[in-house]
Amino acid sequence: MSILSETRKSAPKLSLDRRYLPVLGTVVVFVLMLVIGGARYENFLSPAVLSNLFINNAHLIVLAAGMTFVILTGGIDLSVGAVLALSSVITATMLNAGIPLSLVLPIAILSGSIIGLGMGVMIQYFEVQPFVATLAGMFLARGLCFIFAPESVPIRNEGFVALSSWGVSSGRWRLTAAVVIALLVVAASWWVLHRTRFGRTVYAVGGGEQSATLMGLRVARTKVMVYVISGTCASLGGILFAMFSRSGYALTGVGMELDAIAAVVIGGTLLIGGMGFILGSVVGVMVLGLIQTIITFEGTLSSWWTKIVIGVLLLVFVVLQRILTLRRN
Amino acid sequence: MTRIYKHRLFWPVVALLALLLACTIKRPDILGISVLDGHLFGAPIDILRNSSPLLLVSLGMTLVIATRGIDLSVGAIVAISGAVALTFIASSSNPGSVGTAIGAIVVALGLCVILGAFNGLLVANFGIQPIVATLILMTAGRGVAMLITNGQITTVNSAPFSKLASGFVLGLPVAALIAYGVFAVVALVVRRTALGMLLEAVGINPEASRLAGVKSKTLVFTVYVLCGLLSGLAGLIFAANTMAADANNAGLFIELDAILAVVIGGTSLAGGKFNLAGTMIGVLIITTLTLAVTVLGISPLVTSLFKAIVVIAVTLMMSTRLRAMFGSLRDRRRYQEVGA
Repeated sequence: MSILSETRKSAPKLSLDRRYLPVLGTVVVFVLMLVIGGARYENFLSPAVLSNLFINNAHLIVLAAGMTFVILTGGIDLSVGAVLALSSVITATMLNAGIPLSLVLPIAILSGSIIGLGMGVMIQYFEVQPFVATLAGMFLARGLCFIFAPESVPIRNEGFVALSSWGVSSGRWRLTAAVVIALLVVAASWWVLHRTRFGRTVYAVGGGEQSATLMGLRVARTKVMVYVISGTCASLGGILFAMFSRSGYALTGVGMELDAIAAVVIGGTLLIGGMGFILGSVVGVMVLGLIQTIITFEGTLSSWWTKIVIGVLLLVFVVLQRILTLRRN
Repeated sequence: MTRIYKHRLFWPVVALLALLLACTIKRPDILGISVLDGHLFGAPIDILRNSSPLLLVSLGMTLVIATRGIDLSVGAIVAISGAVALTFIASSSNPGSVGTAIGAIVVALGLCVILGAFNGLLVANFGIQPIVATLILMTAGRGVAMLITNGQITTVNSAPFSKLASGFVLGLPVAALIAYGVFAVVALVVRRTALGMLLEAVGINPEASRLAGVKSKTLVFTVYVLCGLLSGLAGLIFAANTMAADANNAGLFIELDAILAVVIGGTSLAGGKFNLAGTMIGVLIITTLTLAVTVLGISPLVTSLFKAIVVIAVTLMMSTRLRAMFGSLRDRRRYQEVGA
């Protein structure tokens, strides 16, 4: 970091924009973890392990992408884990009831959009705090899950199974349909955030809602839309998770909203809004996934170390971000 | 009538009464209290006792929220506190003695004060947003609790310690006496001294209150320490209730229930004015909700759906009401300006 700031002083034109520093920090940590893992364990840097990093976390990437929109506006969405479960349960029960795949998938995705819309309206027009409104959304989605199916429902629909086992391999690299969808979502989110008027409004609302309103931007519509996007991403994540586990279960994704938030924060997005990048969130998810992988490779460490390491990483990133923003001011 | 209607606790109280009414219609004798072996028994006593841990946590949460903060780590602290106390008792040579129980309580609460101080340090001294600062301990805390119990569910036998949850004094459950007693003491200290006002000042405008000579950093720090301590106490009651330290499930989602209780009670998450009586009503609503679910024969699986409906209803009622209140305030101010 000191090296970076010195280059900035000597050659300001070549220097990095400060906005990229938190993301850069995340990338550095990610690379360091890869290097350390590669040095410590055999086969760590193999294509199979790296492919699995994406395959195991495809749903989380989609959740984090949706969460990035919400957090950029300065909000928060606690419902994503429950909405993910709801959509996976809807997919499983409806497929088992014999409803065609082409009808089930849109309905499942729409379930998240509708819950997101409801929460957005509560937040924007009834002035309920995002924390409370999305908490209510979380309870609602979780309760609906149990109405659809209290027990785990295996998916046997041929079309769905075919879709979930579809994949491209090259050597030992592998891409599943879920990973492709997740990457498409990331690309689309990047395009929306950086290339459209809506995306710029999202940043503007996070930077200062009042200024955005005074500039004549459509603040209300944008604030509702980000929750719709997050809900839609969450239900899409549910389908990806159903593809991964080939079942729908009401208790999946408990606490997953925290993983998504942690990924976004580690990815360098400020929770006060207005600053952050979608690609940072993706790297954040990768860092979380890598922690899990390293602990699995270590073998002797118990799984609860994952939580502790994530906590420590969060602490380091948050303190670093704080130092950065202090110096900016 | 309109004054009652406009009181800010009107809708929460209506919700509580509606829940109790629904239970009474289903089982008319539900609110009766009987005396058995010199102890009071009955659903109202159960509600009081079951609400104890949540009341303690919500009390700390109210004060934290008043300073424009939030504490997500309370559930993790509940788990750690129980884990420490029971592991301490399990490893002592004389698990059944009063001394061991007191030692366990002191050690557990001491650690919770340190954890609260960690949150306070991050928020007050480093200036990190409360939601992120406490997210750290929320994520790592359960891992730490697992570390303490070694991933096992530690069960112990200690008669003096289990009295915390199942004991009775003067016919009333000890847990309720502790929780409501602590609540009364804190409420008195906060409301009968300037402390409450200072907390609200910090919540409304930290910078202005600092310039006015309020030691906002110290206040904010203290509030997080207090919240940690109260959560620790709640954790002890939890642990004493089951006498098993379950690092995964002790106090799971209690942070969400506590925040709900505070919000239902009319304290805004934006900080500033807080309402302790409201928080108590919020806690009673949430505890009664659990009772109502069993009494009304609703499947426990859809409890969360039921909860969502109550939360959405109460917050929406309060928000439209708040808007109306703001509207009338604005009109009055305009009227005064015209008059001047």
